[in-house]
Amino acid sequence: MYIIIQSVITGILLGGLYAVIGVGMSLVFGIMRLTNIAHGDLMILASYFTMLFAMEIVGNVFLALLITIVLMLILSFLIQTFLVNRVIDKGPEPSLLVMFGVSIIIRNALILIFGANNRTIPNPLSTTNILNSPNISISGGYLVNFIVGVAVVLVLMFIIQKTYFGMSIRATASNRMGAELLGVNTKRIFAYTLCLAVATASIAGLLIGQTFVFYPSTGPQYLITAFGVVVIGGMGSLGGTLVGGILLGLVQLLSAHFFGTGWQTIAGYVFMLVILTIRPQGIFAKARR
Amino acid sequence: MSDTGSILKIDNLNVHYGDFQALYDVSMEIKKGRVTSIIGSNGSGKTTLLNTVMGINKPTSGSITLNDKDISGMRTSKIVADGVTMSPEGSSIFEDMTIKENLLMGAYLPHARKRKTELVEKAFSLFPDLREKSGQLASLLSGGQRQMLSIAKAIVTDPQVIICDEISLGLAPVIIKDIYKKIKEINAAGMTVLLVEQEVKRSLKHSDYSYIMVKGRVVMEGVSGELPEEEVSSAYFGINKYA
Repeated sequence: MYIIIQSVITGILLGGLYAVIGVGMSLVFGIMRLTNIAHGDLMILASYFTMLFAMEIVGNVFLALLITIVLMLILSFLIQTFLVNRVIDKGPEPSLLVMFGVSIIIRNALILIFGANNRTIPNPLSTTNILNSPNISISGGYLVNFIVGVAVVLVLMFIIQKTYFGMSIRATASNRMGAELLGVNTKRIFAYTLCLAVATASIAGLLIGQTFVFYPSTGPQYLITAFGVVVIGGMGSLGGTLVGGILLGLVQLLSAHFFGTGWQTIAGYVFMLVILTIRPQGIFAKARR
Repeated sequence: MSDTGSILKIDNLNVHYGDFQALYDVSMEIKKGRVTSIIGSNGSGKTTLLNTVMGINKPTSGSITLNDKDISGMRTSKIVADGVTMSPEGSSIFEDMTIKENLLMGAYLPHARKRKTELVEKAFSLFPDLREKSGQLASLLSGGQRQMLSIAKAIVTDPQVIICDEISLGLAPVIIKDIYKKIKEINAAGMTVLLVEQEVKRSLKHSDYSYIMVKGRVVMEGVSGELPEEEVSSAYFGINKYA
């Protein structure tokens, strides 16, 4: 019994991390209709940046994250302005291919610079248990991941739903020509959207780096996690990513408990396929015409 | 009708879609403070012309000038910033946003943002129906209300010229009448209006000056009250010399 409760707790906590992994992808899809296939690699790139700054240059994780976010924002603005915006009017496929190219470039650049060895960002909390009873324990690292994940999703929802800037993002998503006719430079809005998404990916990168080991080719693994979260929660629904993340975490942990750890990953994707079959738009998104 | 200087000038405009030529040497002069109408049937090139003015299509040759500034080929949002906007044919509203949010979006540009409360209030007083529903999602509006919202949104941008493309399309006569009344009010408040219509009689009645387009060319123009309706109609249907 306690083991099940333990699995549920860990699953929910893991879900918070999954939410922040998926939320940027959901945002980019919801606003631009672009499947950002480089999302995972951008996250891992952020993991490397944060590791580099935290361990070699500034020595402080928070400062390192700030510098990483700034660098990632500049990078994503350049990617959007000079690559994606040039092809985005030509349908979804060209921009998908562009992001595929970005993904390959990032992965190979990381191998060239950092080598193929696995890395990690040291985190004192990852070995500390917040709650440590004989039957149930809560890892400090996982709890922090969960809190940060929920906070990121809530802040993003606030920006999109309550600010004028967020309103212009929603307007662009709803009717691009209608927004342009009100003076909104929609390509600029797309660039800002990717920047927001990449800022969340940078935070995800730090959390991943502190929780698991990473190496240049881990990106696709987290891309698939992001896909799972977004498909379950609903493409474009930010609140849905939180629910999608938690459900995915729960399914993985509970299947590991009942069927053995070997089933953990596959159970997640079976669940994703079930959701795709019974509710293809995801749990929270409205069906698009 | 006091000011007679021209605000928007179209000179020898040619537009192609690939090999197909949609506009042939179209020239027009939109006078400041007036209501100008463009009349033409489906396929006459009206919408192509408007889309080119708004920077959605790029011209092959010719020029479009707004207050003596060449705006041809500029990005749509830049043209809007210079003072021209359009309520397009079909829907330009943001379906999953509220009426109020739709209108607030009209005040996106810096000059309008500073006066957003005032401008939205102006739009609401022009279209009181919208005020009643201000918190509702735009997707719940009827066809006529959508058209009103589309125009209201354009007005909030505080433009010098507002272009209305086929505002009566698919609406009941009583609603069309109401919308035309609003257009008159908008014009009376000093805005230059460019109307685009399929219906000859209504266009002539509600405008000061008219251009008649057939197959991508301007075939007739004149002061609306002086244009003989029968001749406009035969031009419109491509009868005899205009074909």
